[in-house]
Amino acid sequence: MPRVPLLSLAWRESRTARRRLLLYMSAISLGVAALVAIDSFASNTQKSVREQARALLGGDISLTSRQPFTARVTAALDSMRVRGVTYADVTTFGSMALVDRTGRTRLAQVRAVSRGYPFYGQIITAPANAWSRLQAGRFALVDPSLLVSLNAHVGDTLSLGNSHFTIIGTLVSVPGDVSVASAIGPRIYIPATFVAETDLLQFGSRSDRETLVKLPASLSTGQFIGRLRPVLDSASVRARTVAQTEFNLTQAIDQLRDFLSVIGLVALLLGGIGVASGVNAFVMRKIDTVAILRCLGATSRQVLAIYILQAVVMGLVGAAVGALLGIVVQLALPHVLAEFLPVDVQVSPDLTAILTGLLVGVWVALVFALRPLVALRNVSPLQTLRRESDAAALRGARIDPLRILVALLVVLSVAALGIARAERPLQGLGFAAGIGLAVALLYVAAALLSAAARHVVRPSWPFVMRQGVASLYRPGNQTRSVVLALGFGVFLMSTVYQVQHNILRTVDVKLEASRANVVFFDVQGDQGEPLDSIIRAEGWTVVQRTPMVPMRIASINGVPASRVVGDTTAGRRRREGWAVRREFRSTWRDTLAASEKVTAGRFHTGGTKPPALPAISVDVAVAHDLGLAVGDTIVWNVQSVLVPTRVTSFREVNWTRFEPNFFVVFESRALQDAPHQYVVLADVRGDANVARLQRDVVTRFPNVASLDLTLIQQTVGRVLGKVTSAVRFLAALSLALAIPVLFSAVSATRRERLREGVLLKVLGATRRQVGRIMLAEYLLLGALGSLAGVALSVGAAWALMHYVFDQPFSPAAAPAFLVALAMIAIAVSIGMLTSRDVFRETPMAALRDA
Amino acid sequence: MLEAVRLTKEYQSGEQRLAVLRDVSFTVPDGAFVAIVGPSGSGKTTLLGLLAGLDVPTSGTVLLDGSDLSRLSEDKRAQLRGAKVGFVFQSFQLIPTLTALENVQVPLELRGDDGAPARARDLLARVGLADRAHHFPNQLSGGEQQRVAIARAFSNAPSLLFADEPTGNLDSDTGHHIVELLETLNRESGTTIVLVTHDLALAHRAQRVIRLADGAVVSDSPGASPRATSATARD
Repeated sequence: MPRVPLLSLAWRESRTARRRLLLYMSAISLGVAALVAIDSFASNTQKSVREQARALLGGDISLTSRQPFTARVTAALDSMRVRGVTYADVTTFGSMALVDRTGRTRLAQVRAVSRGYPFYGQIITAPANAWSRLQAGRFALVDPSLLVSLNAHVGDTLSLGNSHFTIIGTLVSVPGDVSVASAIGPRIYIPATFVAETDLLQFGSRSDRETLVKLPASLSTGQFIGRLRPVLDSASVRARTVAQTEFNLTQAIDQLRDFLSVIGLVALLLGGIGVASGVNAFVMRKIDTVAILRCLGATSRQVLAIYILQAVVMGLVGAAVGALLGIVVQLALPHVLAEFLPVDVQVSPDLTAILTGLLVGVWVALVFALRPLVALRNVSPLQTLRRESDAAALRGARIDPLRILVALLVVLSVAALGIARAERPLQGLGFAAGIGLAVALLYVAAALLSAAARHVVRPSWPFVMRQGVASLYRPGNQTRSVVLALGFGVFLMSTVYQVQHNILRTVDVKLEASRANVVFFDVQGDQGEPLDSIIRAEGWTVVQRTPMVPMRIASINGVPASRVVGDTTAGRRRREGWAVRREFRSTWRDTLAASEKVTAGRFHTGGTKPPALPAISVDVAVAHDLGLAVGDTIVWNVQSVLVPTRVTSFREVNWTRFEPNFFVVFESRALQDAPHQYVVLADVRGDANVARLQRDVVTRFPNVASLDLTLIQQTVGRVLGKVTSAVRFLAALSLALAIPVLFSAVSATRRERLREGVLLKVLGATRRQVGRIMLAEYLLLGALGSLAGVALSVGAAWALMHYVFDQPFSPAAAPAFLVALAMIAIAVSIGMLTSRDVFRETPMAALRDA
Repeated sequence: MLEAVRLTKEYQSGEQRLAVLRDVSFTVPDGAFVAIVGPSGSGKTTLLGLLAGLDVPTSGTVLLDGSDLSRLSEDKRAQLRGAKVGFVFQSFQLIPTLTALENVQVPLELRGDDGAPARARDLLARVGLADRAHHFPNQLSGGEQQRVAIARAFSNAPSLLFADEPTGNLDSDTGHHIVELLETLNRESGTTIVLVTHDLALAHRAQRVIRLADGAVVSDSPGASPRATSATARD
């Protein structure tokens, strides 16, 4: 087949249609724009999460141990120095802190840090330069709460063991140090060089050792850990990497990313639908030209080649415009959201996202354009002599292998897109299946409407009504195509809206639920009530008071803890030493908290009676490290009292919430009477008020430590706010996509209606009558398409929330209704707008044309 | 040579089968100028469609230079049209997005002919439209459009030209010019012309007139044109 002349013919033939074709392809532009913006946004988010994760960890790898590193570990670490690896250490131990001037003392956590600590992230102090001065002498940086409880101020001398340090400032924020466990006592940072002087780290004294590792570019985390793994394992040194930290950090953000993925998919599909119905309209206009070309000797392959070429080129242009638009949107995002965003948002267009958007965009445009385009093969040259209706002219064989192939291609592409954008392949297939189901249901709804219209029309109805309803089932009617395109567009949009509504609701709830901003630790059992009254007396609320009991494992399934580590009987996996030996701070309650989800067994409801063992629920990760199975028995050593229990469930705990969470939750009756402490969460507004409450509490109960969460919450709140704003914006962007889709869906059969309308005018219909007939038709089509789409979207949103986001679903009924109404209004106005020629055209012109 | 052998075309209309053409047979020798006439609904257009291979008969055959059109696939027929057949339509059927020159080039380009622009320009000059080459159809008058259509019909040097009511949309003066143009081209290039019309005056300019009524040939007689006698004598 001759290529070059055909190419130029295709180009020339597209001359006046280019703008129109480009308009149809603009549907893909918006799809690609949304995709590029979303994917870039996701990749930027991920990048900043990675940076934050690194800051939280402080280094590329963190090595921790409950005792000083053995000589072998130290030697192994030193051997890596030649390869460019650097280390920074922090040794944490408990010590009484004394301020000589006031004579007050307080148990504190001392952290002796070496020069260079931390490698990433910044420890913020007041005054600002205090951290950099720390290593210059016998200096200390302390938590503000320590100053409060010791009645001290910056400049005082602090005694730790046998050494004296000058307090040169207070800690404002320490990255990564947000976990409840690390804030048990106020922190004191001192330079590692002076630890020996304190004489506090004698043989046998308890200290935690952490070494941060900074790797050179030439060495990967995996390589480093791979080399040292045997040595580290034998010395019970845990290695944590950035990736692991990142994983913990991103659980919350992941959900939003999943949602963005869904939006991206929806945007593309909407684009595809837009292209399909747009090209469908385009094809109608091309019937005459194709008939002429066929007359002049064009084969069906040549005809197809000409129009596929046009579609590809326009698709490419559309996708490129979309990619550009995506970049602009992405760059504009921080400006658009200026009010919500801190100024320092790092936004950079992501090349992968752009290229992916381009390629996928062209592909989707082509695949969706193919379906209507192949119908052009069916145009007979006979149409030049005797023009049939558009639908009749395009009608082909009942079973057309090419059409089946194209349909298959569409299905496969949608499935592939789903799989590519979903977290798991099964999820992707689920997306595709759901979309297929929605299309099938819409088709059925349209067929039903068509059939119903045929039956309900009564001769007694006014002419206009009869005509309008009758146009739903007449030959060549547009019921199916419009309901399908409109319904599907509304379905996707409304699904996005419903999901967005639900996700943002849960985020709001989460922020709401963690209203507490001050935490009190080490509250003894008998101090709980008085502490509550202090808080209330100052006019603040106690958000939560959780009992906490420290304990260790005495035995598992009858095997003492000392022997349990090596015990691999019954094919059990190895039990991790650190998990067996650690101190557990557990609580008791008989209900599941909102942040928890049972992964195995059943959570206890307080129903066990002696002689049955009390039930406990174990965090699933800890259970894994302990090598536990549901049904195992564990005897706990609770301050020398042995408490036997049975494991009845494993839980997954959402650790991202500002709430005390526990590895082990006991059934109430097992611990109630044990000596316990409380963690108390309070909601206190205003910095001065927080400081006053802390001071009042510490005056009354010197043993109680407290932590102000306000700053951390503000940061997290800001991040969440930033993300939700971006989500809202992107969701709105993809909603805007529906407009071109509706436009092309409705304009597909414009010509047919033009003929009809003009014919009616020839027969004496007034413009008003013709307008009303069309209004009736569009109202019915719009109503069915919108309502069916909204109804389907509730199901789809439920499925997404349930299977993808693991969140409860509550339909947003009123907004859904509004969306439906708006869509009907848009469908009607677009319908009337595209048909305005009917009003303008004189009957004479129509006769000449036909 | 174009041969119609017992052509019958039926359409399914609801429950009924409707015969539009019944048993139509005739032969058109090379170089002839034949008019097919008949009232509206007599089957003229259907017959033209069958003869040109735009459609296939229910029974009977169309032989174009010996090849049976109904045995060829749709695409083979298209290629045969591209090689041997030209068309002129009542409604001109120019591609609105192409200029006059480009319209004339189309059949050549579909064949992959390199010399398309030169030949098209030459043809446009022959129909007197050299200065309108870069105009679009909607910038041309009806007569001009039809002349472009004629130039296009001759661009692939067809051995056979079908004209379906070529003057139907034109005023009578312009119509005469168009028919004269067809006659000239017929004479100069020896192309066989099959003209379908209900305009008897026009039909009688052909060498031979085939009358159709209700789907059957009712008469087949020489036309009244001066050339008709000589053409008949040559047969």
